[in-house]
Amino acid sequence: MDTSEKAVTFRAAGITKVYGEGDAAVHALRGVDVELHAGELVVLLGPSGSGKSTFLNILGGLDVPTAGTVSFRGQDLTALDDNGLTEFRRRHVGFVFQFYNLVPSLTARENVALVTEIAAAPMDPAEALGLVELDPRADHFPAELSGGEQQRVAIARAIAKQPDVLLCDEPTGALDSRTGVVVLEAIERVNRELGTCTALITHNAVIADMADRVIAFADGQVVEERRNTSRKAPAELAW
Amino acid sequence: MRALDRKLIRDLWHLRGQALAIALVLACGVAMSVMALGMLRSLEQTRDSYYERYRFADVFAHVKRAPQRLTRRLAEVPGVAAVDTRVSTAATLDVAGMSEPATARVLSLPGRGEAVLNDIAMRVGRRPAPGRATEVVVGEAFAEAHEMVPGDTVRATINGVARQLTVVGVALSPEYVYAIGPGSLVPDDRRFAVLWMEERALAAVTDMTGAFNDVSLALLPGASEPAAIAAIDRLLEPFGGTGAYGRDRQTSNWFLDGEMKELASMARLVPPIFLGVAAFLLNIVVGRLVATQREQIGLLKALGYRDMAVGWHYGKLVGSIVLAGSLLGLGTGIWFGRGLAELYTQFFRFPFLHYEIGAPVIVGSVLVAFAAAALGTVAALRRVVRLPPAVAMQPPAPPRYRHGPGVLAAMGRALLPSTHMIFRHIFRWPLRAALTTVSLAMAVAVLVASMWMIDAVDLMLDVHFHQSNRQDVSVAFTGPLGIGAMHEIARLPGVRRVEPFRSVPVRLSFGHRSRRSAITGIAPDAVLSRPIGADAEPLVPPPEGLMLSSWLAGELGVGRGDWLHVEAMEGRRPARALPVTALVEDVIGAEATMDMAALNRFMGEGPSISGAHLLSDTAETSRLYHRIKDLPAVADIVIMTQALAKVRETLAENLLLMTTFNIGFAGLIAFGVVYNAAQIALSERARELASLRVLGFRRREVSFILLGELAILALLALPIGCAIGRVLAWAMSLGLQSDLYRVPLVVEPATYGTAIAVVAASALLCGGLIVRRVAGLDLVAVLKTRE
Repeated sequence: MDTSEKAVTFRAAGITKVYGEGDAAVHALRGVDVELHAGELVVLLGPSGSGKSTFLNILGGLDVPTAGTVSFRGQDLTALDDNGLTEFRRRHVGFVFQFYNLVPSLTARENVALVTEIAAAPMDPAEALGLVELDPRADHFPAELSGGEQQRVAIARAIAKQPDVLLCDEPTGALDSRTGVVVLEAIERVNRELGTCTALITHNAVIADMADRVIAFADGQVVEERRNTSRKAPAELAW
Repeated sequence: MRALDRKLIRDLWHLRGQALAIALVLACGVAMSVMALGMLRSLEQTRDSYYERYRFADVFAHVKRAPQRLTRRLAEVPGVAAVDTRVSTAATLDVAGMSEPATARVLSLPGRGEAVLNDIAMRVGRRPAPGRATEVVVGEAFAEAHEMVPGDTVRATINGVARQLTVVGVALSPEYVYAIGPGSLVPDDRRFAVLWMEERALAAVTDMTGAFNDVSLALLPGASEPAAIAAIDRLLEPFGGTGAYGRDRQTSNWFLDGEMKELASMARLVPPIFLGVAAFLLNIVVGRLVATQREQIGLLKALGYRDMAVGWHYGKLVGSIVLAGSLLGLGTGIWFGRGLAELYTQFFRFPFLHYEIGAPVIVGSVLVAFAAAALGTVAALRRVVRLPPAVAMQPPAPPRYRHGPGVLAAMGRALLPSTHMIFRHIFRWPLRAALTTVSLAMAVAVLVASMWMIDAVDLMLDVHFHQSNRQDVSVAFTGPLGIGAMHEIARLPGVRRVEPFRSVPVRLSFGHRSRRSAITGIAPDAVLSRPIGADAEPLVPPPEGLMLSSWLAGELGVGRGDWLHVEAMEGRRPARALPVTALVEDVIGAEATMDMAALNRFMGEGPSISGAHLLSDTAETSRLYHRIKDLPAVADIVIMTQALAKVRETLAENLLLMTTFNIGFAGLIAFGVVYNAAQIALSERARELASLRVLGFRRREVSFILLGELAILALLALPIGCAIGRVLAWAMSLGLQSDLYRVPLVVEPATYGTAIAVVAASALLCGGLIVRRVAGLDLVAVLKTRE
């Protein structure tokens, strides 16, 4: 797929992120320039501490860069205050985390409904759970679900509001490879069927094969950017 | 310093807000305990040594007139150790600088040496010289109120004769620790005096030479008081004895005793509330600490620390909080105690006050605080000791939530998921939710239980002063007078209406129950002073029969229609059965009322009166007071507006002070409970709440989920607290029922409202602080860690 034909969803220019000051300063990002386009599935690859999570958090409005600009569909995210970023996440972003971050006191359906109740044009929670093939388990609490099932609930929760972007931080990090594949299939399906711009962080190079594009991070910088000629189906991946 | 102790200090610093809140609640409990028990002990010791040193009598009796020779026969009564007879009379005083009259009780003192019983404690000056009818010793309270010193003079009307008296000394007496005039509720030091005159001089003034009308007796240790009283009554009856009584019915001692009972019940009731709440707060805070430090506990054990050493480490943390709270409580309790002692010396007059809290009270209060803390934390500390290191290093099993009880399940999908989160959290930890609710309810209850008394007293004052006694002035004579006395009073300046009354001391009996009381006779058309019935309407005395105080009826076990045996204790002492025709809802005093003409017929006397109630023209007040001071044969004058003002002034000093303290205490409980509960909820759910913020929930939406649970528990606590408060008020009112007054159980809506407002305000303030912390949630960090 030729990305230049697609609209630019995110444009990050000269992003740096420094934690702390003086001698204790840690440079998490050192001048990152990246564009993400509508509908594409991008894998951000790199070892831990390479800056990929910081970058994803900045894209998702959880963190702000020390320098540089990030725009979402032309809107400058760095100009938004805390309330503005909350509204941005609420309207446009779906998150999936390594540790699922489900609300333990709510059932699978209710965890999804948690998001649909605050979204502008959500899908039905049951439909979202259907997309990740979890409708039979809708009335179970997180503690009654396996890790893979919990992560699929998290994906259903992220996509139920029909977000413009889906940001996944190590979604298979806590799962065995067989379960991980099931989760990746869910993400891939959402990207393919809903056309949601998806960024997926992993330190597992095998997973990069399912992406349209792979951006490799090291030491706070983009060290490689490549386009896959074809996307592999998650079922073909093994690690 | 050992590494583990460093950890202890840092943990405490980390928990400083919660630790401080717990220490403060605990401190309140210790302070109240030290204050109440310390004051009780001090009062007991002071009273006992005062009574012993000045030989306070055990039995008291009044007669019309008995010959001195009866003294020997009284001394021979089995069980009697000492007898002291004297002359006692009423007087009206005209004090420079005060337009209204004051009244006095004048007592005789032996010409030489000390009194056998009820001796006075000289403060300034000397005793009256033998035979000097112009010399008096004045009670300290009255002397202070008028800045009297030896050498000053006061004009007194005794036995109808006005005379100028010279103050030669100022003294205190164990009989007048709480010095109040007849029928008063609170001491009015400006208007009531106790005077002592040399006995021959007073006898001469009152025509009692060779006789006495007042006797005090000391009993041998172990002697039977009822038996002695019965024997004494038999001896005194022919001389107009009105019935002997023990210390329990001696007015001053009764009030002092009542105060000590209140202190004792405060010490029993209040500290446990604070200590219970502190124990609960320690329970949740330490429980949470142990849960968050689970892996650290496992690590310490893996490193080779023994189970007990790790347990001791957390025990020391609890101990530090309790120690801080105890020390703070001790300091505050001692400080409050001194303040309370100051307050007491305004009402209870002792020549000395042994203010000493005593080691047992201090040690006991601190031990109880530690015991409460141990009770609250024993489960968590046991978990620390028992946790196997291998298990501790694993993350704990996730909490198991259920769909909740039937009602919630039925509401099911109608509720928003965020609302589900609130309810499921409550039902996941029902005990914690229940204890949080009870703790907050106790804060409301403490307030209701301290403020209801203001409502009750307002009602008492309204019934007594505005419904039942609408006169401006009441005058009581030294004895029954002819109806002519009424006409004399009617001619006083500014008098618009006069209503005479007749008062007769009686013994009322029903079956085996018997009570000393009085019957007041009023005219059927009386509108100033009249009894009020259960329907709050004035009662008209029937031509025959008694209207009986409902409290007295309860004590005697009689109801309407029963016939009561009535025995007069004066005059020819007629005795007869009379029917009870109505019950009177009186709150102050407990008497029977009947038609004045019927009472006079019962007494076998012609028309006679004991005093009069009058309505006067305010413009003529000072002339009226001036003339009243000179009236002969007046035993007591009550100026209603001043009596009411004095009660209100005293209440303002006491009740309002206590209420202010209690508002502070209750606010502290509410703050401590909400702060700790919210802090723990925040710590437990930080990850969950941060996840919601990441998903796009606004701060106020997340705060709603966090504080919604507390809001529900608080809303539940408010009515429960009001109910507990009412029960406490009921229990307190039971202890405040006597023939002197009955404190009715009334709690005005405004009192509930204030209690609710204080607790709600405290909770809201705390909620505000917690909402600010929601803003500080680290969204990124929380997603990186597994719980």
